[in-house]
Amino acid sequence: MSDLPPIPPDDDEDDFGVVKKFMYVNRRAPYGTVYALESLEMVLVAAAFDQDVSVVFMDDGVLQIKKGQETADINMKNFSPTFRALEGYDVEKLYVSKKSLEERGLTEEDLLVPVEVLDQAALAALMDEQEVILTA
Amino acid sequence: MTVLHTVNKSPFERNSLETCIDHATDGSAVLLIEDAVLGAVAAGDIAARIKAANGIKIYVLGPDLAARGMTIDLVIDGIDVVDYGGFVDLAATHDTVHAWM
Amino acid sequence: MKFGVLVNEGPFTHQSSDTAYMFTKAALEKGHEIFRVFFYYDGVNNANALSEPPTDDRNLVTLWSELAAEHGVDLVVCVAAALRRGIKEDILAPGFRISGLGQLIEAGIQADRLVVFGD
Repeated sequence: MSDLPPIPPDDDEDDFGVVKKFMYVNRRAPYGTVYALESLEMVLVAAAFDQDVSVVFMDDGVLQIKKGQETADINMKNFSPTFRALEGYDVEKLYVSKKSLEERGLTEEDLLVPVEVLDQAALAALMDEQEVILTA
Repeated sequence: MTVLHTVNKSPFERNSLETCIDHATDGSAVLLIEDAVLGAVAAGDIAARIKAANGIKIYVLGPDLAARGMTIDLVIDGIDVVDYGGFVDLAATHDTVHAWM
Repeated sequence: MKFGVLVNEGPFTHQSSDTAYMFTKAALEKGHEIFRVFFYYDGVNNANALSEPPTDDRNLVTLWSELAAEHGVDLVVCVAAALRRGIKEDILAPGFRISGLGQLIEAGIQADRLVVFGD
């Protein structure tokens, strides 16, 4: 992702006057399929619309934000640094499933962005609050 | 928000049905479509999981059952069969739809 | 009710675009409005006019085009996903248009429900 969309200006161009709770749920590992990459592109574009955005990483999706991805030998671009740009786009509510981390032998220290780790009940409750849920 | 969860992959292929049920709260609904309809006639562990999910209402898409050669009498007790019109109704009567793939 | 629909997979390989089509058709038959059907990831392949399935089977591309023609359904293909997969203006089936991801987000905001179909 060499050309990130520009950080949206603070104007009313994409203002529908409605703010909805949008959640993007990531459940797949990066590279094995394209979903991780194209979902991230979606989140970045969506940032211009000033909605109430949460991004969840669960199941294999926790691997998307794992540190130390070396992709040269699979001939694919390492797009994980782009997750660090989310904060600059005002997408700051990143959540990770505690169970998914533990199942994969990972901890918060293994992740390249600040996240809130949630147990199953907390994650379920958060999902219940959402108005638009985008999954892949 | 009341949530309609949809699951489309077989519980024997992927953990999506299990993960969905783990995150569905009481008062929500789960609709099994496409290959996930296998979860509506299953025996063993997945049937136990479904039966234990008391506060969650489970539905199965009839056309997908029929397509896979399964008759309605095989469906686990308590699971309701709907058609595409019923799918639309469920989406309309719940506040949000959450698709688990 | 106003529905937005997101289609994540191409025709034939996965059932999702069939299910999306059947849902969309059922919603229209019940008198609901379809705000937009947005095609992302491999879903952009639903717009490929070059698709030629056997004549005794359904032609999903044509079915989508018919929904657009008969009910005015807005079929939008994501430009970035389309470019990756070689779906360009000159092979776009009737009723489809290429636009940005913003159209999906707009559908999420403006529709009462956004329903996702994928694999």
